Amino acid sequence: MALLTVTDLSAGYDSHAVVKDLNFTVNTGDYLCVVGENGSGKTTLMKTLLHLQDPVSGKILIGDGLNQNEIGYLPQQSDVQKDFPASVSEIVLSGCQARCGLRPFYNKKEKKLAKENMERMGITSLANKSYRELSGGQQQRVLLARALCATRKLLLLDEPVAGLDPVVTGEMYDLIASLNRDGVSIIMISHDVSAAVRYGSHILHIGDSAFYGTKDAYLNSSEGKAFLLQQKGQVG
Amino acid sequence: MFEKIAFYLEYPFVRYALIVGILIALCSSLLGVTLVLKRFSFIGDGLSHVAFGAIAIASVLKLTNNMFLVLPVTIISAILLLRTGQNAKIKGDAAIAMISVGALAFGYLLMNIFSTSSNLSGDVCSTLFGSTSILTLTEKEVWLSAVLSFVVIVIFVLFYNKIFAVTFDENFAKAIGTATNAYNLLIAVIIAVIIVLAMNLVGSLLISALVIFPALSAMRLFNSFRSVTICSALLSVTCAFLGIMISILAGTPVGSTIVAVDVAGFAFCCLGGFVRTRLG
Ligand SMILES: Nc1ncnc2c1ncn2[C@@H]1O[C@H](COP(=O)(O)OP(=O)(O)OP(=O)(O)O)[C@@H](O)[C@H]1O
Ligand SMILES: [Mg+2]
Repeated sequence: MALLTVTDLSAGYDSHAVVKDLNFTVNTGDYLCVVGENGSGKTTLMKTLLHLQDPVSGKILIGDGLNQNEIGYLPQQSDVQKDFPASVSEIVLSGCQARCGLRPFYNKKEKKLAKENMERMGITSLANKSYRELSGGQQQRVLLARALCATRKLLLLDEPVAGLDPVVTGEMYDLIASLNRDGVSIIMISHDVSAAVRYGSHILHIGDSAFYGTKDAYLNSSEGKAFLLQQKGQVG
Repeated sequence: MFEKIAFYLEYPFVRYALIVGILIALCSSLLGVTLVLKRFSFIGDGLSHVAFGAIAIASVLKLTNNMFLVLPVTIISAILLLRTGQNAKIKGDAAIAMISVGALAFGYLLMNIFSTSSNLSGDVCSTLFGSTSILTLTEKEVWLSAVLSFVVIVIFVLFYNKIFAVTFDENFAKAIGTATNAYNLLIAVIIAVIIVLAMNLVGSLLISALVIFPALSAMRLFNSFRSVTICSALLSVTCAFLGIMISILAGTPVGSTIVAVDVAGFAFCCLGGFVRTRLG
Protein backbone atom coordinates (compact mmCIF):
# COMPACT_ATOMS: atom_id res chain seq x y z
CA MET A 1 0.00 0.00 0.00
CA ALA A 2 1.17 3.52 -0.78
CA LEU A 3 2.01 6.23 1.73
CA LEU A 4 -0.64 8.50 0.24
CA THR A 5 -3.35 7.54 -2.20
CA VAL A 6 -5.37 10.42 -3.56
CA THR A 7 -8.56 9.63 -5.45
CA ASP A 8 -10.78 12.15 -7.27
CA LEU A 9 -9.65 14.88 -4.92
CA SER A 10 -10.94 18.42 -5.31
CA ALA A 11 -9.47 21.03 -3.00
CA GLY A 12 -10.51 24.63 -2.45
CA TYR A 13 -12.21 27.07 -0.15
CA ASP A 14 -15.81 27.12 1.08
CA SER A 15 -16.86 24.27 -1.23
CA HIS A 16 -15.45 26.17 -4.20
CA ALA A 17 -12.88 23.88 -5.83
CA VAL A 18 -9.60 25.41 -6.97
CA VAL A 19 -8.11 22.12 -8.19
CA LYS A 20 -10.35 19.33 -9.42
CA ASP A 21 -10.26 15.57 -9.82
CA LEU A 22 -6.71 14.78 -8.87
CA ASN A 23 -5.56 11.18 -8.81
CA PHE A 24 -2.08 10.25 -7.69
CA THR A 25 -0.13 8.11 -5.26
CA VAL A 26 3.00 8.71 -3.25
CA ASN A 27 4.98 5.57 -2.42
CA THR A 28 7.68 5.28 0.19
CA GLY A 29 10.86 6.67 -1.32
CA ASP A 30 9.13 8.79 -3.97
CA TYR A 31 10.17 12.36 -4.69
CA LEU A 32 7.09 14.06 -6.07
CA CYS A 33 7.41 17.54 -7.53
CA VAL A 34 4.25 19.61 -7.88
CA VAL A 35 4.43 22.25 -10.59
CA GLY A 36 1.96 24.73 -12.00
CA GLU A 37 1.39 28.43 -12.47
CA ASN A 38 0.72 30.97 -9.73
CA GLY A 39 -2.72 30.52 -8.30
CA SER A 40 -3.21 27.06 -9.78
CA GLY A 41 -3.84 25.64 -6.31
CA LYS A 42 -0.57 23.99 -5.31
CA THR A 43 -0.53 25.42 -1.79
CA THR A 44 -4.22 24.64 -1.41
CA LEU A 45 -3.55 21.03 -2.37
CA MET A 46 -0.69 20.73 0.11
CA LYS A 47 -2.77 22.13 2.96
CA THR A 48 -5.50 19.67 2.13
CA LEU A 49 -3.02 16.80 2.17
CA LEU A 50 -1.93 17.94 5.63
CA HIS A 51 -5.54 18.09 6.89
CA LEU A 52 -5.21 21.81 7.53
CA GLN A 53 -8.38 22.19 5.48
CA ASP A 54 -11.09 19.77 4.44
CA PRO A 55 -11.22 18.45 0.88
CA VAL A 56 -14.12 19.75 -1.20
CA SER A 57 -14.64 16.19 -2.40
CA GLY A 58 -12.64 13.02 -2.90
CA LYS A 59 -10.44 10.98 -0.64
CA ILE A 60 -6.94 10.97 0.79
CA LEU A 61 -5.94 7.54 2.03
CA ILE A 62 -2.96 7.21 4.31
CA GLY A 63 -1.04 3.94 4.32
CA ASP A 64 2.26 2.29 5.20
CA GLY A 65 1.62 3.03 8.88
CA LEU A 66 2.25 6.74 8.30
CA ASN A 67 1.44 8.84 11.33
CA GLN A 68 0.70 12.54 11.25
CA ASN A 69 3.55 13.12 13.71
CA GLU A 70 6.09 11.71 11.24
CA ILE A 71 5.50 14.45 8.71
CA GLY A 72 7.62 17.56 8.24
CA TYR A 73 6.21 20.69 6.62
CA LEU A 74 7.62 23.90 5.27
CA PRO A 75 4.84 26.44 4.71
CA GLN A 76 5.01 28.90 1.82
CA GLN A 77 3.96 31.81 3.90
CA SER A 78 3.99 31.29 7.57
CA ASP A 79 1.28 32.83 9.72
CA VAL A 80 4.06 33.83 12.07
CA GLN A 81 3.54 37.34 13.33
CA LYS A 82 6.18 39.91 12.73
CA ASP A 83 6.64 40.95 16.34
CA PHE A 84 6.73 37.51 17.92
CA PRO A 85 9.59 37.26 20.42
CA ALA A 86 11.20 33.91 19.66
CA SER A 87 14.82 32.92 19.23
CA VAL A 88 16.03 30.78 16.35
CA SER A 89 16.84 27.83 18.59
CA GLU A 90 13.40 27.91 20.22
CA ILE A 91 11.75 27.79 16.80
CA VAL A 92 13.89 24.98 15.43
CA LEU A 93 13.34 22.96 18.59
CA SER A 94 9.58 23.39 18.26
CA GLY A 95 9.84 21.15 15.18
CA CYS A 96 10.47 18.28 17.60
CA GLN A 97 7.14 18.95 19.28
CA ALA A 98 5.28 16.07 17.69
CA ARG A 99 8.00 13.62 18.76
CA CYS A 100 7.31 14.48 22.38
CA GLY A 101 3.71 13.43 22.45
CA LEU A 102 2.52 14.30 25.92
CA ARG A 103 5.99 14.50 27.44
CA PRO A 104 6.34 18.12 28.63
CA PHE A 105 10.01 18.80 27.91
CA TYR A 106 12.45 18.05 25.10
CA ASN A 107 15.01 15.34 25.77
CA LYS A 108 18.73 15.32 24.92
CA LYS A 109 18.20 13.49 21.65
CA GLU A 110 15.74 16.10 20.41
CA LYS A 111 17.99 18.96 21.42
CA LYS A 112 20.85 17.30 19.56
CA LEU A 113 18.67 16.84 16.50
CA ALA A 114 17.76 20.52 16.54
CA LYS A 115 21.44 21.44 16.79
CA GLU A 116 22.37 19.18 13.87
CA ASN A 117 19.67 20.65 11.68
CA MET A 118 20.77 24.17 12.52
CA GLU A 119 24.28 23.19 11.47
CA ARG A 120 22.95 21.67 8.25
CA MET A 121 21.21 24.93 7.41
CA GLY A 122 24.19 27.04 8.46
CA ILE A 123 22.33 28.97 11.10
CA THR A 124 24.18 27.85 14.21
CA SER A 125 25.64 31.32 14.66
CA LEU A 126 22.13 32.76 14.68
CA ALA A 127 20.86 30.40 17.40
CA ASN A 128 20.20 33.08 20.01
CA LYS A 129 19.10 35.76 17.57
CA SER A 130 15.54 36.90 17.38
CA TYR A 131 13.56 35.51 14.45
CA ARG A 132 12.00 38.91 13.77
CA GLU A 133 15.40 40.46 13.14
CA LEU A 134 16.49 38.02 10.42
CA SER A 135 16.49 38.52 6.65
CA GLY A 136 13.89 36.70 4.56
CA GLY A 137 16.39 34.07 3.40
CA GLN A 138 17.62 33.47 6.93
CA GLN A 139 14.06 33.05 8.14
CA GLN A 140 13.44 30.52 5.38
CA ARG A 141 16.44 28.51 6.58
CA VAL A 142 15.16 28.56 10.15
CA LEU A 143 11.79 27.22 9.04
CA LEU A 144 13.54 24.56 6.96
CA ALA A 145 15.58 23.44 9.95
CA ARG A 146 12.34 23.23 11.92
CA ALA A 147 10.72 21.16 9.16
CA LEU A 148 13.69 18.80 9.15
CA CYS A 149 13.29 18.28 12.90
CA ALA A 150 9.72 17.13 12.37
CA THR A 151 10.48 14.85 9.42
CA ARG A 152 10.68 11.14 9.87
CA LYS A 153 8.90 9.57 6.91
CA LEU A 154 7.48 12.31 4.75
CA LEU A 155 8.51 15.89 4.05
CA LEU A 156 6.23 18.42 2.38
CA LEU A 157 7.91 21.54 1.06
CA ASP A 158 6.12 24.56 -0.36
CA GLU A 159 8.68 26.40 -2.49
CA PRO A 160 11.68 25.59 -0.29
CA VAL A 161 14.20 27.64 -2.23
CA ALA A 162 12.21 30.86 -2.47
CA GLY A 163 14.41 33.63 -1.12
CA LEU A 164 17.59 31.55 -0.90
CA ASP A 165 20.79 32.59 -2.64
CA PRO A 166 22.11 30.37 -5.50
CA VAL A 167 24.74 28.63 -3.37
CA VAL A 168 22.30 27.72 -0.61
CA THR A 169 19.70 26.77 -3.22
CA GLY A 170 22.09 24.17 -4.64
CA GLU A 171 22.92 22.89 -1.16
CA MET A 172 19.22 22.76 -0.36
CA TYR A 173 18.41 20.57 -3.36
CA ASP A 174 21.33 18.27 -2.52
CA LEU A 175 20.16 18.03 1.08
CA ILE A 176 16.62 17.11 0.05
CA ALA A 177 18.00 14.54 -2.40
CA SER A 178 20.13 12.98 0.33
CA LEU A 179 17.15 12.83 2.72
CA ASN A 180 15.26 11.11 -0.07
CA ARG A 181 18.08 8.58 -0.50
CA ASP A 182 17.85 7.89 3.24
CA GLY A 183 14.26 6.80 2.73
CA VAL A 184 12.28 9.98 3.40
CA SER A 185 9.55 10.56 0.86
CA ILE A 186 9.31 14.10 -0.49
CA ILE A 187 6.50 16.21 -1.88
CA MET A 188 7.88 19.50 -3.14
CA ILE A 189 6.16 22.44 -4.76
CA SER A 190 8.50 24.30 -7.06
CA HIS A 191 8.45 26.86 -9.82
CA ASP A 192 11.87 25.67 -10.89
CA VAL A 193 10.84 23.04 -13.44
CA SER A 194 14.39 22.26 -14.47
CA ALA A 195 15.19 21.35 -10.84
CA ALA A 196 11.93 19.42 -10.61
CA VAL A 197 12.80 17.20 -13.54
CA ARG A 198 16.40 16.84 -12.38
CA TYR A 199 15.66 15.74 -8.80
CA GLY A 200 12.09 14.47 -8.78
CA SER A 201 11.04 10.91 -9.47
CA HIS A 202 7.44 11.86 -10.23
CA ILE A 203 5.79 15.04 -11.42
CA LEU A 204 2.32 16.36 -10.69
CA HIS A 205 1.39 19.23 -12.95
CA ILE A 206 -1.74 21.10 -12.02
CA GLY A 207 -3.48 23.73 -14.09
CA ASP A 208 -5.82 23.74 -17.06
CA SER A 209 -4.74 20.23 -17.92
CA ALA A 210 -3.45 18.04 -15.14
CA PHE A 211 -0.67 15.51 -15.45
CA TYR A 212 0.65 12.90 -13.10
CA GLY A 213 3.38 10.41 -13.87
CA THR A 214 7.07 9.68 -13.73
CA LYS A 215 9.57 12.31 -14.69
CA ASP A 216 10.36 10.65 -18.03
CA ALA A 217 6.71 10.42 -18.94
CA TYR A 218 6.35 14.11 -18.07
CA LEU A 219 9.22 15.14 -20.33
CA ASN A 220 7.47 13.43 -23.24
CA SER A 221 3.99 14.71 -22.43
CA SER A 222 2.40 17.70 -24.09
CA GLU A 223 2.01 19.52 -20.73
CA GLY A 224 5.66 18.97 -19.87
CA LYS A 225 6.98 20.09 -23.23
CA ALA A 226 4.84 23.20 -23.26
CA PHE A 227 5.72 24.17 -19.69
CA LEU A 228 9.44 23.59 -20.14
CA LEU A 229 9.47 25.58 -23.34
CA GLN A 230 7.60 28.42 -21.69
CA GLN A 231 10.07 28.53 -18.80
CA LYS A 232 13.05 28.45 -21.18
CA GLY A 233 11.53 31.32 -23.06
CA GLN A 234 11.33 33.35 -19.86
CA VAL A 235 14.94 32.63 -18.95
CA GLY A 236 16.49 33.07 -22.42
CA MET B 1 7.87 54.39 56.56
CA PHE B 2 9.19 50.87 57.21
CA GLU B 3 7.65 50.99 60.66
CA LYS B 4 4.37 51.79 59.06
CA ILE B 5 4.73 48.87 56.65
CA ALA B 6 5.66 46.54 59.50
CA PHE B 7 2.67 47.83 61.40
CA TYR B 8 0.34 47.03 58.55
CA LEU B 9 1.89 43.60 57.99
CA GLU B 10 0.70 42.66 61.49
CA TYR B 11 -2.80 42.53 60.11
CA PRO B 12 -3.76 39.21 58.52
CA PHE B 13 -5.87 40.89 55.82
CA VAL B 14 -2.83 42.76 54.58
CA ARG B 15 -0.77 39.61 54.44
CA TYR B 16 -3.58 37.80 52.63
CA ALA B 17 -3.86 40.61 50.14
CA LEU B 18 -0.13 40.47 49.44
CA ILE B 19 -0.01 36.68 49.03
CA VAL B 20 -3.07 36.50 46.81
CA GLY B 21 -2.12 39.63 44.90
CA ILE B 22 1.33 38.33 44.05
CA LEU B 23 0.08 34.87 43.05
CA ILE B 24 -2.58 36.34 40.82
CA ALA B 25 -0.14 38.77 39.24
CA LEU B 26 2.20 35.87 38.49
CA CYS B 27 -0.55 33.79 36.86
CA SER B 28 -1.97 36.58 34.80
CA SER B 29 1.41 37.52 33.36
CA LEU B 30 2.17 33.97 32.19
CA LEU B 31 -0.37 33.83 29.42
CA GLY B 32 0.01 37.49 28.52
CA VAL B 33 2.40 36.86 25.66
CA THR B 34 0.16 34.20 24.18
CA LEU B 35 -2.89 36.43 24.41
CA VAL B 36 -1.18 39.44 22.89
CA LEU B 37 0.31 37.44 20.05
CA LYS B 38 -2.80 35.48 19.23
CA ARG B 39 -4.56 38.84 19.04
CA PHE B 40 -6.71 37.82 21.95
CA SER B 41 -5.83 40.88 24.00
CA PHE B 42 -9.47 41.75 24.33
CA ILE B 43 -10.59 38.32 25.34
CA GLY B 44 -9.54 39.16 28.87
CA ASP B 45 -11.81 42.15 28.77
CA GLY B 46 -14.73 40.23 27.35
CA LEU B 47 -14.43 37.40 29.81
CA SER B 48 -14.20 39.71 32.77
CA HIS B 49 -17.48 41.28 31.75
CA VAL B 50 -19.02 37.83 31.50
CA ALA B 51 -17.71 37.14 34.99
CA PHE B 52 -19.32 40.39 36.12
CA GLY B 53 -22.66 39.22 34.74
CA ALA B 54 -22.23 35.90 36.50
CA ILE B 55 -21.47 37.64 39.79
CA ALA B 56 -24.65 39.64 39.39
CA ILE B 57 -26.63 36.44 38.91
CA ALA B 58 -24.90 34.87 41.88
CA SER B 59 -25.75 37.81 44.10
CA VAL B 60 -29.37 37.77 42.94
CA LEU B 61 -29.53 34.06 43.77
CA LYS B 62 -27.86 34.88 47.09
CA LEU B 63 -25.14 32.27 46.63
CA THR B 64 -22.69 32.33 49.51
CA ASN B 65 -19.68 31.41 47.40
CA ASN B 66 -20.16 32.91 43.98
CA MET B 67 -16.95 31.28 42.65
CA PHE B 68 -18.90 28.08 41.91
CA LEU B 69 -21.16 29.87 39.46
CA VAL B 70 -18.70 32.41 38.09
CA LEU B 71 -15.90 29.99 37.26
CA PRO B 72 -17.89 27.54 35.10
CA VAL B 73 -19.74 30.32 33.29
CA THR B 74 -16.49 32.09 32.47
CA ILE B 75 -14.79 28.89 31.33
CA ILE B 76 -17.66 28.07 28.98
CA SER B 77 -17.61 31.60 27.55
CA ALA B 78 -13.85 31.38 27.03
CA ILE B 79 -14.24 28.18 25.06
CA LEU B 80 -17.04 29.67 22.97
CA LEU B 81 -15.07 32.84 22.29
CA LEU B 82 -11.97 30.96 21.16
CA ARG B 83 -14.17 28.82 18.92
CA THR B 84 -15.79 31.77 17.18
CA GLY B 85 -12.38 33.40 16.89
CA GLN B 86 -11.41 30.51 14.64
CA ASN B 87 -14.43 30.31 12.41
CA ALA B 88 -14.80 33.33 10.28
CA LYS B 89 -18.59 33.84 10.26
CA ILE B 90 -18.51 36.30 13.14
CA LYS B 91 -15.12 37.88 13.57
CA GLY B 92 -13.45 37.14 16.89
CA ASP B 93 -13.29 40.82 17.85
CA ALA B 94 -16.94 41.41 17.14
CA ALA B 95 -18.00 38.30 19.04
CA ILE B 96 -16.02 39.40 22.06
CA ALA B 97 -17.49 42.90 21.93
CA MET B 98 -21.00 41.49 21.66
CA ILE B 99 -20.66 39.10 24.55
CA SER B 100 -18.81 41.50 26.81
CA VAL B 101 -21.12 44.46 26.40
CA GLY B 102 -24.16 42.21 26.58
CA ALA B 103 -23.00 40.59 29.82
CA LEU B 104 -22.13 43.93 31.35
CA ALA B 105 -25.55 45.42 30.59
CA PHE B 106 -27.39 42.31 31.68
CA GLY B 107 -25.42 42.09 34.93
CA TYR B 108 -26.08 45.70 35.86
CA LEU B 109 -29.74 45.33 34.99
CA LEU B 110 -30.10 42.28 37.22
CA MET B 111 -28.32 43.96 40.09
CA ASN B 112 -30.53 46.99 39.70
CA ILE B 113 -33.81 45.10 39.62
CA PHE B 114 -33.16 42.54 42.31
CA SER B 115 -30.63 44.10 44.58
CA THR B 116 -31.63 44.56 48.21
CA SER B 117 -28.43 46.38 49.03
CA SER B 118 -28.74 50.02 50.00
CA ASN B 119 -25.42 50.83 48.38
CA LEU B 120 -25.97 49.58 44.85
CA SER B 121 -23.56 51.86 43.06
CA GLY B 122 -20.91 51.02 45.63
CA ASP B 123 -21.40 47.30 44.96
CA VAL B 124 -21.19 47.78 41.23
CA CYS B 125 -18.18 50.01 41.54
CA SER B 126 -16.28 47.51 43.62
CA THR B 127 -17.06 44.68 41.18
CA LEU B 128 -15.86 46.81 38.30
CA PHE B 129 -12.79 48.25 39.91
CA GLY B 130 -12.13 45.70 42.63
CA SER B 131 -11.81 48.60 45.03
CA THR B 132 -11.58 46.84 48.35
CA SER B 133 -12.49 43.21 47.90
CA ILE B 134 -8.85 42.16 47.97
CA LEU B 135 -8.60 43.55 51.50
CA THR B 136 -11.68 41.71 52.69
CA LEU B 137 -10.71 38.19 51.67
CA THR B 138 -11.56 35.42 54.09
CA GLU B 139 -9.09 32.68 54.84
CA LYS B 140 -11.09 30.26 52.70
CA GLU B 141 -10.96 32.55 49.69
CA VAL B 142 -7.24 32.97 50.17
CA TRP B 143 -6.79 29.20 50.08
CA LEU B 144 -8.99 28.83 47.01
CA SER B 145 -7.07 31.54 45.16
CA ALA B 146 -3.74 30.10 46.22
CA VAL B 147 -4.65 26.58 45.08
CA LEU B 148 -6.04 27.79 41.74
CA SER B 149 -2.97 29.94 41.11
CA PHE B 150 -0.71 27.06 41.92
CA VAL B 151 -2.59 24.78 39.51
CA VAL B 152 -2.37 27.40 36.76
CA ILE B 153 1.37 27.80 37.25
CA VAL B 154 2.03 24.05 37.24
CA ILE B 155 -0.05 23.55 34.09
CA PHE B 156 1.71 26.42 32.39
CA VAL B 157 5.15 25.01 33.16
CA LEU B 158 4.19 21.51 32.06
CA PHE B 159 2.67 22.71 28.80
CA TYR B 160 5.11 25.54 28.16
CA ASN B 161 6.58 23.98 25.00
CA LYS B 162 3.18 23.08 23.60
CA ILE B 163 1.83 26.56 24.29
CA PHE B 164 4.83 28.02 22.49
CA ALA B 165 4.32 25.76 19.47
CA VAL B 166 0.61 26.52 19.23
CA THR B 167 1.12 30.24 19.70
CA PHE B 168 4.05 30.64 17.35
CA ASP B 169 2.68 28.80 14.34
CA GLU B 170 -0.58 26.98 14.82
CA ASN B 171 -0.78 25.63 11.26
CA PHE B 172 2.65 24.08 11.44
CA ALA B 173 1.93 22.56 14.82
CA LYS B 174 -1.28 21.07 13.47
CA ALA B 175 0.42 19.80 10.32
CA ILE B 176 3.02 17.85 12.27
CA GLY B 177 0.38 16.23 14.43
CA THR B 178 0.12 18.39 17.54
CA ALA B 179 -3.36 18.36 19.02
CA THR B 180 -3.81 22.09 18.55
CA ASN B 181 -7.53 22.09 19.34
CA ALA B 182 -6.94 20.46 22.69
CA TYR B 183 -4.23 22.97 23.57
CA ASN B 184 -6.35 25.91 22.46
CA LEU B 185 -9.04 24.59 24.76
CA LEU B 186 -6.54 24.32 27.58
CA ILE B 187 -5.42 27.90 26.98
CA ALA B 188 -9.04 29.06 27.06
CA VAL B 189 -9.70 27.32 30.36
CA ILE B 190 -6.56 28.72 31.96
CA ILE B 191 -7.45 32.21 30.79
CA ALA B 192 -10.90 31.89 32.32
CA VAL B 193 -9.50 30.76 35.66
CA ILE B 194 -7.01 33.62 35.66
CA ILE B 195 -9.72 36.16 34.86
CA VAL B 196 -11.93 34.98 37.70
CA LEU B 197 -8.97 35.07 40.07
CA ALA B 198 -7.89 38.49 38.96
CA MET B 199 -11.33 39.97 39.44
CA ASN B 200 -10.62 39.96 43.16
CA LEU B 201 -7.50 41.94 42.67
CA VAL B 202 -8.21 44.62 40.13
CA GLY B 203 -11.89 44.24 39.31
CA SER B 204 -13.35 43.41 35.94
CA LEU B 205 -12.53 46.63 34.10
CA LEU B 206 -8.80 46.55 34.73
CA ILE B 207 -8.01 42.87 34.17
CA SER B 208 -6.73 43.31 30.63
CA ALA B 209 -4.12 45.67 31.98
CA LEU B 210 -2.88 43.06 34.42
CA VAL B 211 -2.63 40.47 31.64
CA ILE B 212 -1.21 42.62 28.87
CA PHE B 213 1.10 45.25 30.35
CA PRO B 214 3.79 42.93 31.77
CA ALA B 215 3.95 40.98 28.48
CA LEU B 216 4.17 44.13 26.36
CA SER B 217 6.84 45.57 28.66
CA ALA B 218 8.93 42.41 28.54
CA MET B 219 8.64 42.27 24.76
CA ARG B 220 10.34 45.65 24.58
CA LEU B 221 13.40 44.28 26.33
CA PHE B 222 13.80 40.66 25.30
CA ASN B 223 13.82 38.60 22.14
CA SER B 224 13.21 35.01 23.09
CA PHE B 225 9.94 33.54 24.28
CA ARG B 226 11.50 32.16 27.42
CA SER B 227 13.13 35.40 28.54
CA VAL B 228 10.00 37.38 27.73
CA THR B 229 7.92 35.00 29.82
CA ILE B 230 10.29 35.10 32.78
CA CYS B 231 10.71 38.85 32.60
CA SER B 232 6.97 39.51 32.42
CA ALA B 233 6.37 37.25 35.42
CA LEU B 234 8.99 39.10 37.47
CA LEU B 235 7.70 42.49 36.36
CA SER B 236 4.13 41.62 37.14
CA VAL B 237 4.96 40.35 40.63
CA THR B 238 7.06 43.41 41.41
CA CYS B 239 4.39 45.80 40.18
CA ALA B 240 1.67 44.01 42.14
CA PHE B 241 3.74 44.15 45.32
CA LEU B 242 4.57 47.81 44.90
CA GLY B 243 1.00 48.62 43.94
CA ILE B 244 -0.49 46.94 46.98
CA MET B 245 2.03 48.60 49.32
CA ILE B 246 1.47 52.02 47.84
CA SER B 247 -2.28 51.63 48.01
CA ILE B 248 -2.13 50.67 51.68
CA LEU B 249 0.23 53.48 52.59
CA ALA B 250 -1.47 56.14 50.52
CA GLY B 251 -5.02 54.87 50.88
CA THR B 252 -5.60 54.62 47.12
CA PRO B 253 -7.77 51.93 45.49
CA VAL B 254 -5.76 48.70 45.12
CA GLY B 255 -6.65 47.72 41.56
CA SER B 256 -6.04 51.03 39.88
CA THR B 257 -2.82 51.57 41.83
CA ILE B 258 -1.43 48.23 40.63
CA VAL B 259 -2.37 49.06 37.06
CA ALA B 260 -0.80 52.51 37.39
CA VAL B 261 2.45 50.88 38.54
CA ASP B 262 2.21 48.48 35.59
CA VAL B 263 1.87 51.43 33.23
CA ALA B 264 4.89 53.08 34.80
CA GLY B 265 6.79 49.80 34.36
CA PHE B 266 5.82 49.76 30.70
CA ALA B 267 7.14 53.30 30.25
CA PHE B 268 10.45 52.28 31.85
CA CYS B 269 10.74 49.24 29.59
CA CYS B 270 10.04 51.33 26.49
CA LEU B 271 12.80 53.66 27.56
CA GLY B 272 15.09 50.69 28.24
CA GLY B 273 14.36 49.15 24.85
CA PHE B 274 14.98 52.48 23.13
CA VAL B 275 18.32 53.00 24.89
CA ARG B 276 19.35 49.43 24.12
CA THR B 277 18.67 49.69 20.38
CA ARG B 278 20.49 53.04 20.33
CA LEU B 279 23.54 51.64 22.08
CA GLY B 280 23.49 48.17 20.54
N1 LIG C 1 -7.77 31.63 2.14
C1 LIG C 1 -8.30 31.61 0.89
N2 LIG C 1 -9.62 31.77 0.71
C2 LIG C 1 -10.16 31.73 -0.52
N3 LIG C 1 -9.45 31.55 -1.67
C3 LIG C 1 -8.12 31.39 -1.56
C4 LIG C 1 -7.47 31.40 -0.27
N4 LIG C 1 -6.14 31.22 -0.47
C5 LIG C 1 -5.98 31.09 -1.80
N5 LIG C 1 -7.14 31.20 -2.46
C6 LIG C 1 -7.34 31.09 -3.92
O1 LIG C 1 -7.06 29.76 -4.31
C7 LIG C 1 -6.34 29.75 -5.53
C8 LIG C 1 -5.10 28.89 -5.40
O2 LIG C 1 -4.22 29.44 -4.44
P1 LIG C 1 -2.89 28.71 -4.04
O3 LIG C 1 -2.28 29.49 -2.95
O4 LIG C 1 -3.17 27.29 -3.78
O5 LIG C 1 -2.00 28.85 -5.35
P2 LIG C 1 -0.53 28.36 -5.64
O6 LIG C 1 -0.61 27.38 -6.76
O7 LIG C 1 0.11 27.90 -4.39
O8 LIG C 1 0.16 29.69 -6.16
P3 LIG C 1 1.65 30.24 -5.95
O9 LIG C 1 2.47 29.68 -7.04
O10 LIG C 1 1.50 31.72 -6.11
O11 LIG C 1 2.09 29.86 -4.61
C9 LIG C 1 -6.04 31.20 -5.89
O12 LIG C 1 -6.90 31.58 -6.94
C10 LIG C 1 -6.38 31.98 -4.66
O13 LIG C 1 -6.98 33.20 -4.99
MG1 LIG D 1 1.62 28.54 -3.21
